[in-house]
Amino acid sequence: METALIKYLCRFIKNKNTKTDNLILFRYSFTEWPDVKESSIEATFLQKSSRHRLMLSSLTQSAVLCVSVSSSHLLRLYERFESLDRENRGHLRKEDFQAVRELSMNPVGDRIIGSFFSPGQETVDFPSFVQVLAHFRHTENDRIRDGAQKEPANSTARRLKFVFQLYDQDRDGKISRAELLQVLREMLGMQVTEEQLQSIAERAIQEANQEANQDKDDAISFDEFRKSMEKVNIDHKMSIRFLE
Amino acid sequence: MDFSFTRQAAAFLIVCSCLCVSAEVSTPAGVTLLPPVQPENGPQSYPNAKKSNLPVFTINYSRIQIPFEITLWMLLASFAKVGFHVYHKITIWVPESCLLISIGLIVGGIMYSVHEEPPAVLSNSVFFLYILPPMVLESGYFMPTRPFFENIGTVFWFAVVGTLWNSIGIGISLFGICQIEAFGVQDINLQENLLFASIISAVDPVAVLTVFEDVSVNEQLYIVVFGECLFNDAVTVVLYNMFSFVAEMPVVEPVDVFLGMARFLVVGLGGMGFGILFGFVASFTTRFTSKVREIEPLFIFMYSYLAYLVAELFAISSIMAIVCCALTMKYYVEENVSQRSCTTIRHVVKMLSSISETVIFFFLGVVTITTEHEWNWGYLLFTLLFAFIWRSLGVLVLIPIINPFRTIPLNLKDQFGLAYGGLRGAISFALAFTLPESIVRKHLFVTATIAVILFTVFLQGISIRPLIELINVRRTNRKEDLINVEIHRRMMEHTMTGIEDICGQWTLHTFPDMILIRDSRPESGIVALYKKLELQNAMEILDSVSGDISSAPAIVSLHEEKKGSAKPMKKFLAKDLNNMHNILSKNMYSIRQRTVAYTNKHALPNESQNREILIRRHSSIRRSFRPGSFQSTVNDHEATSEVGYPLRLPQSNHPRCSTSGAVMPLHRLNTLNEFPSVEVLNEKSPSHSASQDSSLPDCHFSTNNNSSADDLRNEEGEEQRPLPPSPALVAEPRNNTHGNPLLRRPQWNQKK
Repeated sequence: METALIKYLCRFIKNKNTKTDNLILFRYSFTEWPDVKESSIEATFLQKSSRHRLMLSSLTQSAVLCVSVSSSHLLRLYERFESLDRENRGHLRKEDFQAVRELSMNPVGDRIIGSFFSPGQETVDFPSFVQVLAHFRHTENDRIRDGAQKEPANSTARRLKFVFQLYDQDRDGKISRAELLQVLREMLGMQVTEEQLQSIAERAIQEANQEANQDKDDAISFDEFRKSMEKVNIDHKMSIRFLE
Repeated sequence: MDFSFTRQAAAFLIVCSCLCVSAEVSTPAGVTLLPPVQPENGPQSYPNAKKSNLPVFTINYSRIQIPFEITLWMLLASFAKVGFHVYHKITIWVPESCLLISIGLIVGGIMYSVHEEPPAVLSNSVFFLYILPPMVLESGYFMPTRPFFENIGTVFWFAVVGTLWNSIGIGISLFGICQIEAFGVQDINLQENLLFASIISAVDPVAVLTVFEDVSVNEQLYIVVFGECLFNDAVTVVLYNMFSFVAEMPVVEPVDVFLGMARFLVVGLGGMGFGILFGFVASFTTRFTSKVREIEPLFIFMYSYLAYLVAELFAISSIMAIVCCALTMKYYVEENVSQRSCTTIRHVVKMLSSISETVIFFFLGVVTITTEHEWNWGYLLFTLLFAFIWRSLGVLVLIPIINPFRTIPLNLKDQFGLAYGGLRGAISFALAFTLPESIVRKHLFVTATIAVILFTVFLQGISIRPLIELINVRRTNRKEDLINVEIHRRMMEHTMTGIEDICGQWTLHTFPDMILIRDSRPESGIVALYKKLELQNAMEILDSVSGDISSAPAIVSLHEEKKGSAKPMKKFLAKDLNNMHNILSKNMYSIRQRTVAYTNKHALPNESQNREILIRRHSSIRRSFRPGSFQSTVNDHEATSEVGYPLRLPQSNHPRCSTSGAVMPLHRLNTLNEFPSVEVLNEKSPSHSASQDSSLPDCHFSTNNNSSADDLRNEEGEEQRPLPPSPALVAEPRNNTHGNPLLRRPQWNQKK
């Protein structure tokens, strides 16, 4: 697998995308692959500006990263990352996300922002950024599959998991009634009364439980969630075409 | 009680029909009953004229003759339609077109026996200019767009190539038959045969579609049949025009064939182009009609009709034009137009098309008896045979060719349904009837057409239902959508919006939408769906309480319900019951529904899909479609309602959903103020109360309604953002035929 990754990266680096003049500098940390020499895969292209750096922190992450996002997308995302990162720190913080105006108006905006940050972390570096966004890659562009036996980030299950985790803030694998209520409150807010919210949540949980025919607890498990959504065309709904 | 109602209704109908018929019969066409003209008080120019007094009572029939007769015909046909539903079972087994034709036959028989001629109203121009457009408009308007576009290749392939295949095949075979001397039809040349074949190949599977819907066949089959029917009409008319032109030409050269094909392309594509153009213009117009709600439906009709007429002007396919216009228009118009206008448009489209179809079939029945026939056994039988053979062949050959390109191939059973469902109907009849007189054998053609129509409609129409059920065609899985799914969908929408914001994306395809749609706010589909489900619960509960109010206990609210297993019985207090009735009668609840799928041909659409628009302002505008569907079932015996709620949920799926689930104290429902967009929501903002005041719903009641107060407050509170057309809530409860006196209100009768 490593050779495949290396080949891909070399191809990536050599593929001078004539549309852009950006410099991309790769540096890898070799903690996971101690036997791979630095010189064999480090490649440097010095062009106009040396400001552009792409830091891939851990190799396993980058494996997922590289095989699920194409090079041009990567570039595009990097540009976006940079534009969000006002102070050029190389990583994003919550405030940078919140600076996106429409996001602050989005009822689940905070949750989305939260999903970028791994638990306990305060910053998002570029690989994590791309990793999250890789969930939304359009499924057609699946040409980069060099030996990646891992489930791609943009599979239906992974996408559903992503949404599930938006609900499930405490990561216990279930959407409890309280969590559901909270989401409903954010989404519906002033339109309904508290009682109605309760009813809606109750009803939703009941329906999910009925679907699954399993536990009649007061929560929605991931399986129930997935089963409810099996009719929905997730691939279609949750894809973004990254403009190139 | 049911039975006596039936008897009363039947008696009433018979009386009315008799009156109509006798009126028709006794006022023979073309005879005026005007008394001799008498100069009243003018100067005596004829000194020796007889002096007479002022007439007290005159009859001037000729003045009103034409409208009167038209109205009587339409009324009679409509009585027939009403009459069919007196006895439920008939409409299941016998399609409506059969019944209409039968009634027509009866009336024709009566007229024939008194040696009466049917009014010669069905001329070429009347049919093509007045009767056909509503039928086609309705088909185009209620075409379920998404499945249609997914299957568009198949539909076009089958409609165009299939029709060509049929016409040419039948034409040539019949020409071959004509060569045989035994049948005595040698004088029909190839062109005329082709012309006749093109008439015969116009498929009109109205009855079949009804059956399909009742049986819930899989969507693919349904849409292919539906689409084929529609575009097949266009192709047939084009072919008809071409062949009738050719039939009058003495000699046909090869270059003419080539020109014919080129013309075909021009006609088809030109029709589509015109239609789309008019559709866009109509959409653009409706963007500005927010102040003149009353005439909004007018625009729709005028633009579609204009598209039709302009296409006729250039002799390109007007059917294609009007269909494409309707398809294009529908989406944008339903965005821009108020809820009431939307309903009005649908109602009127359905009504007009119903009238047209009824008149045509009725007329067919009458003409069958009264016209002079030329009966030629050989030609007729072979026509029938070839029609059937070529259609089956066409299906068998064409579908496997297109199957590899389809995501869901049509299997053999579907193909059988497709082949067997090739009923002929109104269009064939009209085309045959309006053949130019220059065709020598016109009467033969008319007879043959009528024979084919009668045969297919009666035989195939009646037998297709048991056959479809017998061979067990794939059914759709009509699952009702759930709150659960709706919430998650909504969540996904928001997520995607957020992610797109993070990525700085915008999707380009919304360019036309930017222009053509007035900015609207996203409406809360969840709340709407929830309310709908709750209302449905309430109505079912009311159903189950059979009028004995005194022993009815109170409505239990959510918090007292036990979660989990056994659901408590619903209890009602008398006053809560009253509240419910008040709510249902006074307040208008409606769920804003944008598109429909699976429209019953003879009923108003099942509002089974909810589409929502999420439009963002500023730099990026994005649309998200959410078919948040609440697919109401079609109860077998009852007419489908429009915005109505089916009285029972599908028993199979969620028996608990119907009676379980939270029942809100219903007196809350009418005090809810629907607030506008989610974007305006800002829980943390201090302007909470301010926004509460200013964002009162824009109730789309007309000005002479009791909500003018709301409108006033509405207008005051407008900020820089225009307020959304949030849904006024309209409840139109269905007429409960099971005898719950509480719910039967004549003015709410929403059948058909």
